[in-house]
Amino acid sequence: MTANGSPGLPRPLGLLAELTHRCPLGCPYCSNPLALEPRKQELDLATWARVFHEAAALGVLQTHLSGGEPAARRDLVDITAAARVAGLYTNLITSGIGLTARRLGELRDAGLDHVQVSIQDSDPQSADHIAGYQGAFARKCELAREVVRLKLPLTVNAVMHRANIERIGEMVDLAILLGAGRVEVAHVQYYGWGLRNRAMLMPAREQVERALAMVEELRQRYHARIVIDAVVPDYFARYPKPCVGGWGRRSLNVTPSGRVLPCHAAESIPGLEFWSVRERSLADIWEHSPAFNAFRGTGWMSEPCASCARREQDFGGCRCQAFALLGDAAATDPVCHLSPHRAQVSALALVQDDAPYFYRHM
Amino acid sequence: MGEQTVAATPIAPDARPRLPHGVRLVHSEAQGGWVLLAPERVFKADAIAAEIVKRCTGESSFAAIVDDLAQAYSAPRERVLADVTVLLRGLAEKQLLDLSPGPVT
Repeated sequence: MTANGSPGLPRPLGLLAELTHRCPLGCPYCSNPLALEPRKQELDLATWARVFHEAAALGVLQTHLSGGEPAARRDLVDITAAARVAGLYTNLITSGIGLTARRLGELRDAGLDHVQVSIQDSDPQSADHIAGYQGAFARKCELAREVVRLKLPLTVNAVMHRANIERIGEMVDLAILLGAGRVEVAHVQYYGWGLRNRAMLMPAREQVERALAMVEELRQRYHARIVIDAVVPDYFARYPKPCVGGWGRRSLNVTPSGRVLPCHAAESIPGLEFWSVRERSLADIWEHSPAFNAFRGTGWMSEPCASCARREQDFGGCRCQAFALLGDAAATDPVCHLSPHRAQVSALALVQDDAPYFYRHM
Repeated sequence: MGEQTVAATPIAPDARPRLPHGVRLVHSEAQGGWVLLAPERVFKADAIAAEIVKRCTGESSFAAIVDDLAQAYSAPRERVLADVTVLLRGLAEKQLLDLSPGPVT
């Protein structure tokens, strides 16, 4: 498949639309960058509508309306309608806070296809503590029920880390109780605020092993009742995750101010040049932006990736992680057992600190 | 379209297959064909799978869909029944298709 006549250039399937970085919650594992973009820099409705049309023409099929909390945008209904008009499958990724039943109904009428609500814990007090917001748990459950009442498909995103990993079963049970058709058991990833809080979030190896066994048990118990998606948290894995399905290959991310990134953490890599939808078309950016071409394909790889049989399966793992842990974005993701630096990751996975969370804030 | 089991459980003739909320079949010019879109998932559908799924609107019974396809493709009904059963069972297992009988709710 080609884009704009360039042979071999893959076509993206997904667009992560970060509508705003504003969010009422303070989750310490937030994947947004530490330097959040202020409201006055946010793209307007007309620009998002243009981006959605350009994305669809480029091959994008699904858009994930995310943030921050997307409901912080007063024009969320119009943005959603614009994405649908462009022909995209629309997935709202929400904390559930700031979204009334009425606006949810308007979103459905605008063509919203699917809703994903994050849950911090099955224990209300713990959930509110993790979110840094009193009453968040109750409001999330209320919104999730409203999603189901409106017959919109619901995914519960259960974010797992040391404070709640023992309650993985209860969290899946909660997802079923709320009427979710799908639950994502999402182990915290260490980027942005999550990296800042790594020692406060890091589970013990035994906890991770019990959690993985539990997921297998839950999948059998709830077969055909709920889809359970889960991956091994990568500090404990043997192979790295194929981050974003390969750099500049399957997806793109537009930040609130319009910068286009190969993945949501890409700005943590210094020296990459990102282009903006304010100045260029999405197709131009996808094909020619220096940031997208920096690690596209396999040509940038060195050993052990360059000759690895899995190089087009996991694409060298995560560039942002290689930079965060080794200071070299072109190195093999050190999570891989073939990396000469794997011992460093194993050592970090042992570092735990019970200090208070460093909560996300603007 | 995904993995297929060898002997699929039969589907009731009066089942009214339909795509649940949140699952849509769309044609993408840029991706060069039909795709089934679902929460966080995309399935490419070949031309025949698309013809089958297009008929899953909740209006027609399973038996009527099989009849229609057998006629449209001048194929033995038995063969069509087997192929369509495998495809639709596979989709239902992934929660991409509703196979319950009765009218659309």
